[in-house]
Amino acid sequence: HRHDKTFSPSGDGERILPSEVDMSSPLMYGTPSSRVEGTPRSGVGGTPARQRPDLGSIRKAPQVDLHSEPPSADGAVASEQALGQKLVIWGTDVNVGTCKEKFQRFLQRFIDPASNEDENAGLDLNEPLYMQKLEEISVVGEPVLNVNCSHVQSFDADLYRQLISYPQEVIPTFDMAVNELFFERFPDSILEHQIQVRPYNALKTRNMRSLNPEDIDQMITISGMVIRTSQLIPEMQEAFFQCQVCAFFTRVEVDRGRIAEPAVCRNCNTIHSLALIHNRSAFSDKQMIKVQESPDDMPAGQTPHTTIVYAHNDLVDKVQPGDRINITGIYRAVPMRENPRQSNVKSVYKTHIDVIHFRKTDEKRLHGLDEDSDQKLFTEERVQILKELASKPDVYDRLSSALAPSIYEHEDIKKGILLQLFGGTRKDFSQTGRGNFRAEVNILLCGDPGTSKSQLLQYVFNLVPRGQYTSGKGSSAVGLTAYVMKDPETKQLVLQTGALVLSDNGICCIDEFDKMSDSTRSVLHEVMEQQTLSIAKAGIICQLNARTSVLAAANPVESQWNPKKTTIENIQLPHTLLSRFDLIFLMLDPQDEAYDRRLAHHLVALYYQSEEQIEEEFLDMAVLKDYIAYARTYINPRLNEEASQALIEAYVDMRKIGSGRGMVSAYPRQLESLIRLAEAHAKVRFSDKVETIDVEEAKRLHREALKQSATDPRTGFVDISILTTGMSATARKRKEEVARALKKMIQSKGKTPAMKYQQLFDDLRGQSEAAITKDMFEEALRALADEDYLTVTGKTVRLL
Amino acid sequence: MPSSHDWINKPLGVVEAMFAQSNSNPEWEAKVLEYFKGQLKEKESHSWVPSLNDVPLHYLKPNSLVKFRCLVQDMFDPEFYMGVYETVDPSTKANVLRCGKYKDVTECGVDLNSRNTVTAERQTFYCVPIPGESPWAKESYGCSSQARVVPSTSYVPSRQKRSYEEDDDMDTQPQKQREPHTEPHGNGDSKRQETEAPSSQTTAPSDCSSHLDLNFPLPGERGPACLVKVYEGLDSFKLNDTLEIYGILSVNPVLTVLGEEKDPSLLLLNPTESMETPEEQRAHDPPASLVPRLHMLYARPLQHNNPLLPSAPTEDQSAFVSSFLVEMASVRAELLAYLTHVLLGDGLAAEYLLLHLISNVYTRRDVLPLGKFTLNLSGCPLNSYTERLYQIVQQLVPCSYRLSMSLHTMNSMRLVPKKDYVANRLVSGALQLARNTSLFLDETQLEQGQLDSSGVRNITALGNLISWQKVDYDFSYHQMEFPCNINVLVTSEGRSLLPSDCQVPLQPQVTPPNMEEYLTTIHMAQFTSQINKFRVYLSLARTLDYSISDEVTKAVEDDFVDMRKDDPQSVTAEDLHRMLVVARLLSLSLGQTTLSRDGWMRAKHIDMLRRSRTEQQKSLNGNEP
Repeated sequence: HRHDKTFSPSGDGERILPSEVDMSSPLMYGTPSSRVEGTPRSGVGGTPARQRPDLGSIRKAPQVDLHSEPPSADGAVASEQALGQKLVIWGTDVNVGTCKEKFQRFLQRFIDPASNEDENAGLDLNEPLYMQKLEEISVVGEPVLNVNCSHVQSFDADLYRQLISYPQEVIPTFDMAVNELFFERFPDSILEHQIQVRPYNALKTRNMRSLNPEDIDQMITISGMVIRTSQLIPEMQEAFFQCQVCAFFTRVEVDRGRIAEPAVCRNCNTIHSLALIHNRSAFSDKQMIKVQESPDDMPAGQTPHTTIVYAHNDLVDKVQPGDRINITGIYRAVPMRENPRQSNVKSVYKTHIDVIHFRKTDEKRLHGLDEDSDQKLFTEERVQILKELASKPDVYDRLSSALAPSIYEHEDIKKGILLQLFGGTRKDFSQTGRGNFRAEVNILLCGDPGTSKSQLLQYVFNLVPRGQYTSGKGSSAVGLTAYVMKDPETKQLVLQTGALVLSDNGICCIDEFDKMSDSTRSVLHEVMEQQTLSIAKAGIICQLNARTSVLAAANPVESQWNPKKTTIENIQLPHTLLSRFDLIFLMLDPQDEAYDRRLAHHLVALYYQSEEQIEEEFLDMAVLKDYIAYARTYINPRLNEEASQALIEAYVDMRKIGSGRGMVSAYPRQLESLIRLAEAHAKVRFSDKVETIDVEEAKRLHREALKQSATDPRTGFVDISILTTGMSATARKRKEEVARALKKMIQSKGKTPAMKYQQLFDDLRGQSEAAITKDMFEEALRALADEDYLTVTGKTVRLL
Repeated sequence: MPSSHDWINKPLGVVEAMFAQSNSNPEWEAKVLEYFKGQLKEKESHSWVPSLNDVPLHYLKPNSLVKFRCLVQDMFDPEFYMGVYETVDPSTKANVLRCGKYKDVTECGVDLNSRNTVTAERQTFYCVPIPGESPWAKESYGCSSQARVVPSTSYVPSRQKRSYEEDDDMDTQPQKQREPHTEPHGNGDSKRQETEAPSSQTTAPSDCSSHLDLNFPLPGERGPACLVKVYEGLDSFKLNDTLEIYGILSVNPVLTVLGEEKDPSLLLLNPTESMETPEEQRAHDPPASLVPRLHMLYARPLQHNNPLLPSAPTEDQSAFVSSFLVEMASVRAELLAYLTHVLLGDGLAAEYLLLHLISNVYTRRDVLPLGKFTLNLSGCPLNSYTERLYQIVQQLVPCSYRLSMSLHTMNSMRLVPKKDYVANRLVSGALQLARNTSLFLDETQLEQGQLDSSGVRNITALGNLISWQKVDYDFSYHQMEFPCNINVLVTSEGRSLLPSDCQVPLQPQVTPPNMEEYLTTIHMAQFTSQINKFRVYLSLARTLDYSISDEVTKAVEDDFVDMRKDDPQSVTAEDLHRMLVVARLLSLSLGQTTLSRDGWMRAKHIDMLRRSRTEQQKSLNGNEP
């Protein structure tokens, strides 16, 4: 039994003789029965075939001669095929010879110069793709060939149709074709078993909800999330029976879950002498996996559907609960087996998918590539609508006003959040040792309670696909980062990820930021600049990606915002953390009449306008969502020459403003913020280049935010050091002055080793022109103590 | 009542006849639906259909048409079934085409390889009786039913809250003895429910099925759960919808037998069937005698669950509404007087309580639910006052639930539904409620102590419910947001720790020496007809439309600007939000569908009174929130 006998090496479609059909047939290929006489040899390599339980039990379907008995296939196909071969597999229109030949042609000729799949990294895109993959197989020795169905479709639509409609018949044919080709090319290579073809990305990709009875026995690709995996199940493929009398043995194939036990020994004719020998029977690995619809594809108000998936052989244990995967496989419906003792049966079928190929959709996250690329597909019309919108000159204003229409005004804040939603361009400098540059924009909103900060956060959280909403009050560091859990079933330690990791590539909304404990907040330091999260817990040490934008809201420490104090003093957050926010906005009650009137109008309208009126006024949330998703995926703006120049100028200007008064008003971090904002603005315009107008807007917004949050209440000037060092330059200067005055005063008192605290304070107050608070006095004392000039013990001050 | 209604007694016969006539023209399916819809449209015809809610299962004829008033608690995966199949007669060898729709099991001798088999899709919903349905509503539904159930010599469709054991001895006992339990104002009944409630969760649902968790959202609930097979319009149904379902009852014992009878040797070879965990099997294929199957023919979404109101929005209803509108103001005055007595003579609190009871989330603007009006009644007297107050609320609204917020319940109770992946079902929680259910949070029961992590989650869930009118169901790998529309009333001693739309400190004018007696007397003084009027009033006021004219809009704006001019701190945007809601509810409570200037001034006035009260309280105990 050598398969190669059937095929001429040239593969030129030599006519298959009917007498040899059964040997070349995929139905014979690799089936257990072919092993009865020993290991089948195929190709030159003598590599054993391996069963494909993923394709299901082999149907005993005969090939049909089209001339003698026309099957259900329509006439067109029949006549076309009548030219060459006229044999098709029963119930299909697949002719083994043609199909094989077509596939070999595909493998030898298919080129995809525009490919950007990461699987193809390192391959020469102008050479036949799959021939290079075969070469890879000969080197690596892993006998699996993944074939992208969209390639097959663009090469030969008819072949693709057959593959989708009759996977059970066509894939074995493909296997045969590949192995022939492979062993012809690489006659000396040694593989564990014959190459198996694993198609993926069937274009009929659908979500679970749209599966219907017509998809039964077809090849489908669906996406979902793994929720449960079973233990490994050994599934019997072939039973081994031995005669108790004469030790004669025979093998019986399992057919649809049943074994026909031979009643009579063929050798000695003893009745009922055959016994099943378990450890000589052939088993294959099998695993049941439950997959749930991913939350993004679900209509609101319904519960997610689940589907049972069976993985076979090496696909067992490839996925874990929680993984998001794309599954390509064959959809099956099995009638509930008829029970001989029951006259009527349940009329329900059990459905499952026999998996052929898994693809983890979030796996690429580990490699740091942008993952959104294949997540969302846009239809032509949709893209057209989006582009039309983008070409409008006022698109920026339109989008920002479409954001949370129920919240009144705060235009700049909405613009800031809009830019945050788009994000900057991700830059990778890891090769030069600088690592990734943060592309995400972080925003902090502070202000009076009841200024709809939470509402804004809720809105953003609902808008973005990977949004997380957490409140500083309820969340611990653990809930934000990750924790280790012991799975009660398997006793396995599992890393559960928290809000920050979950919102990777999304936005993490943190309400009541000020109520967060210090330890929790400290976690954010790493996330907000390095965009990673290090975990060392219960023996698990790892670094997770958390490239998330943070949108936080904080209330002032006193119940009302105190305009006489700086931002830092009002919200009492460490400046190290504040400086990591690109934009800090104040949401205050402006308290002016015109504003009040507009606000009142807006609110009243909210309560009586009908749904339609609102719809007309604002962009649909769905359009906004798509717009953002599209821009994030496809637009990667780069700075052009003028824009870089403008940025440099802007930065220099910013530094100049402060330097006149001996203050620093900009640090490199601010420059980076500017770049990010400018890039985001270019994205809003769907522009591939960052131009001067983008820089202008970035500058404006940045200035606006600074004006609000970094204005020194004492001088009225914008002072960035409020945010970077937690203290304004004037405050620092004054602190130094008080310390100097104090020192002078003490020196003027002559040699007194110890003084009363209260008296010193009173003296200083009496001497100084400006009012000196107790805080200031204490600060001055501390400063002098740092100089080792004096020490304070209780109520006495000693000189050193 | 006509006794020979084939479409009620043998609906499958109707279906099969239509199928036979169709010659496999798929249009017959639509015709079937049309037919039953037409039959049910006829005057009063729906009341002839026996209801699973008030007739015990064993009195119902299998394969007859029944109705079920329920909440969609869970939606199972779609399943494929044999829509059309062929059977082979063993004796004649003749092939017969049969219809598999609206049935659980096939006839014998199915030819599995037949080319004429049509595979079709249907979905199963797990439905439970509407959680927290007040006894008066159940009773009133039961009384309006005209269905005669077969052996009915001693049977009168009446009470639902009854275990199966009780049913058995009821056959022998005269009905009269049972009556006291069902007396109209059901104090006894509700008390009974109170005592049952704490036994909750673990021993929960009903005596007869203690080994089977029927997954009711609220502890202490009774009644049948049902697996409803849905054939048409799958996308139009949502989780937590309240429906009245008309369908064919299937209690075929085969369903159970098939589940249990398993040949171990077959399992070994075909692991496909052992894939279902026992938990999953129990959840998805419970014995039909406990969880009957219902094959849906027609479903009517319930806009409200008040049996005293005409159910469908037909001409009937609009006539009813306009006739009632006339009475509205007077009923309101009576109800207000009643509530004032109940709230110990505090008229303002009574006014707010009334507004709260007719509040309703009528729309959402992006994330903001509009029309919600969570009331925090602070300063409630301790010692069972809140419990009595709840009983009075329960008498007024069709659905309600009192959640006693003791530390123990907060730490141990499941409020948020959670997906159980082992049994593959949504395990219900107390916040899985039908729309417009009154949730009575009793914070007076809360004592000092430690909240554990599930307690914190529960409090957060309550907070989210109040602020955003949504519940985040726990799907373990992610959360899923389900919008809801629940009237939350919080009773507390001081200001509640939960957020609320408005807080009213209770100022009792009377201090009855015996609270229990006082409230009972007030309660007893009301006639049933009076109470019924209140019930209709509350349900009706909520359904009215409402608008604001441009002129009044302008006036409101001016007013707001003026108020802010004097003291910007005095009125914030949030205050305006609340006053607009108060104005809306106030107008609706008077049966006015537009806001008048007067209405606005009144709203402003009562809000001012309320605020002066809270400020007074603030300065009194200096306890800043």
